[in-house]
Amino acid sequence: MSPFIIIALREFTTRVKNKTFLIMSILGPIGLGALIVIPSLLSGGDEDPKKLLVVDNSYLLVGTETISEHSFQYLNPEEFDETLAISAVREKEIYDGLLFLPPSENGDPDFILRNTRLYSKGDIGIDLTRDIERRLGKLATEEKLKINGVDPSIVKNSTTVVNIKNLNLTENGSEASSLLLKMAIGFGASFFIYMFVFLYAAQIMRGVIEEKTSRIIEVIITSVKPTQLLLGKIIGIAGVGLLQFLILITFSTLIYYIAGSLILESDITQITSAQISSAGEMKNGGNQGTINQIIEGINSLNIASLIGFFIFYFLGGYLLYGALFAAVGSAVDAEADTQQFMIPLTIPLLITLMLTMTMMQEPNGSLAMWLSFIPFSSPLAMMVRLPFGGVQTWEIVLSMLLLITGFLGTTWISAKIYRVGILTYGKKASYKDLYKWLRRK
Amino acid sequence: MNAIESFGIDKQYENHVALHPLDISIPEGSVFGLLGPNGAGKTTLLRIINQIISPDNGSVSFYGQNIRSSHSHQIGYLPEERGLYKKMKVGEQSMYLAQLKGLSRKESRKRLHWWFKKWELETWWDKKVEELSKGMAQKIQFIITVIHEPKLLIFDEPFSGLDPVNAALIRDEILRIKEEGATIVLSTHRMESVEELCSHIALLNHGEKILDGTVNEIRESHRNGNFRLSYRSNEPITLSLPEQVEISQNLRDFNKGICIAEIQSVKLNSSEIISVLAPQVDTIRFEEIIPSMNDIFIKSVKK
Repeated sequence: MSPFIIIALREFTTRVKNKTFLIMSILGPIGLGALIVIPSLLSGGDEDPKKLLVVDNSYLLVGTETISEHSFQYLNPEEFDETLAISAVREKEIYDGLLFLPPSENGDPDFILRNTRLYSKGDIGIDLTRDIERRLGKLATEEKLKINGVDPSIVKNSTTVVNIKNLNLTENGSEASSLLLKMAIGFGASFFIYMFVFLYAAQIMRGVIEEKTSRIIEVIITSVKPTQLLLGKIIGIAGVGLLQFLILITFSTLIYYIAGSLILESDITQITSAQISSAGEMKNGGNQGTINQIIEGINSLNIASLIGFFIFYFLGGYLLYGALFAAVGSAVDAEADTQQFMIPLTIPLLITLMLTMTMMQEPNGSLAMWLSFIPFSSPLAMMVRLPFGGVQTWEIVLSMLLLITGFLGTTWISAKIYRVGILTYGKKASYKDLYKWLRRK
Repeated sequence: MNAIESFGIDKQYENHVALHPLDISIPEGSVFGLLGPNGAGKTTLLRIINQIISPDNGSVSFYGQNIRSSHSHQIGYLPEERGLYKKMKVGEQSMYLAQLKGLSRKESRKRLHWWFKKWELETWWDKKVEELSKGMAQKIQFIITVIHEPKLLIFDEPFSGLDPVNAALIRDEILRIKEEGATIVLSTHRMESVEELCSHIALLNHGEKILDGTVNEIRESHRNGNFRLSYRSNEPITLSLPEQVEISQNLRDFNKGICIAEIQSVKLNSSEIISVLAPQVDTIRFEEIIPSMNDIFIKSVKK
């Protein structure tokens, strides 16, 4: 067996057998699943119904007894001022809070809303607060309309809910798409690449430092060439990253289908209907459409090719940065010394990550296009662009070729620094030293 | 034939010259001592032979062929700075390193078991390296160095950190391997092991070879006409000497009834001197003092 394979296998097996890998592989998908499922459960809000005391000096809320499952108990504003009402809430345990609306001045609704206070014992929940705000806002709007002589019912009847169905023109006709979903996939994929690249590139670096400080490097390079060791290490760890990713994808797919059959079809429809009733007519009919659109959107996106691109750009980015991280590892004696070299390495990807939102506004604009060509940013930038479609084939080919050239280049540079660095101890290397090593025969 | 022959190899780093053009011959089947103070260029030379670094100029031949990377499987190198993966198990790690030397999995396992059994290390197979004592780790490293039965073995300070029992164990192994026909290069500061083991030496200082040859030749060439005479007497006896022979000191020994005279003679040999001295005293022992490798080392390096 060639030493390169033996090395890659060792790097792979020692890491996969490690407990950290096992824990990551189990917790990763669970965490990801939780990320998908928990917010949808929370937004439905199985909150305990809250009981609020209301002192409504302006009689704005009159007639409203409840907001969704929460109930209101009105106090006579003439008997209770603010302080008295607060102490009433304090004394009686069944009340969760107090909503206090001041008397209006010249019938100005804005004044009331500015001075409205919601006192609560403990956390009253963001949904209830939002609901009250929405309700008050709506009532205030109606008041204002009345003041200006407009009949609120006219406005209400004229309100139109628009739900345009996005259709992407493709060679095979048109297919449904969901902008939000594309943004989520684009951001998610680039964020994952960002994380994976640094996670695994740092592992290369740590491996190099370990071999250097334990001096096993001296033993190994008598039997193999430093370049073989470097490449074996990089490929072995790439295998770990890929395996981890495949586990993640498999579990996520399972979770998607299980959640799809359980939650999307039963629970979420219930949740949405609850939301519709709570949020009132404004959102009527909107949510059901969105969910259908998401499912349609997921089915319409070419997930398989996206995963393929993800793997390519993850590997490309990892190889590009991993090689440089290896060079950094070889230049230092301890992980604490890596800082000066790490910062310039982390900045390009970090900036690209920060620019994802900007790029999404114009996925085929010049910023996104150029960033998807530059090898140091293309793994992230291309993953932002791809879900939106419209990326020309030549752009993808060019981006991929440049990335391949890029990592071959960084590997070549790193190998030169590495073979000198691993045998240099004690002295803290500077950029000047690295340059000298690079040029050494 | 020479196991290793170098022709004018030199190596220069940014700030200093590690090796001046160097010709060195390591005869096949010899135990070759590579000596020199710290920073003399020994490690640089060993790294060049191991093809870890390449010389700026010159060439190296291995058993008559220009050295190339495929030869590395016929060389075993125990570097001075050596280590193992701390978190890896001893057996697993030995298997890994043995396979890197070009042995198959099966062969590696077979040979490692043979060594582990021989040195009673079997219970260590599944232990992690960090649990090993320094001496234990040294033994493992030694096994890994020789596991592929190379033609040329290079040991850099093989005895450092070993107790006398384990040092003797390693020394016997080195001698056994030599008997089997391998060539040994020994780089060490322990001069007594050089005298005990080495047939040839080269002495480096400041990147230059200042001395080389067989141990006997070198010691012979460093003879400086020192003799020592021990004789029975309670007090030193004044000796009458031939021309050009001097006594540097003549003192009573710590042992009761014995005196020792240190004699200097440039021209006369030992039989000529003893023939003059023997009748004068009750001789216990007369010997020529041949300088030790230690003396030669210090003298040559200080020059």
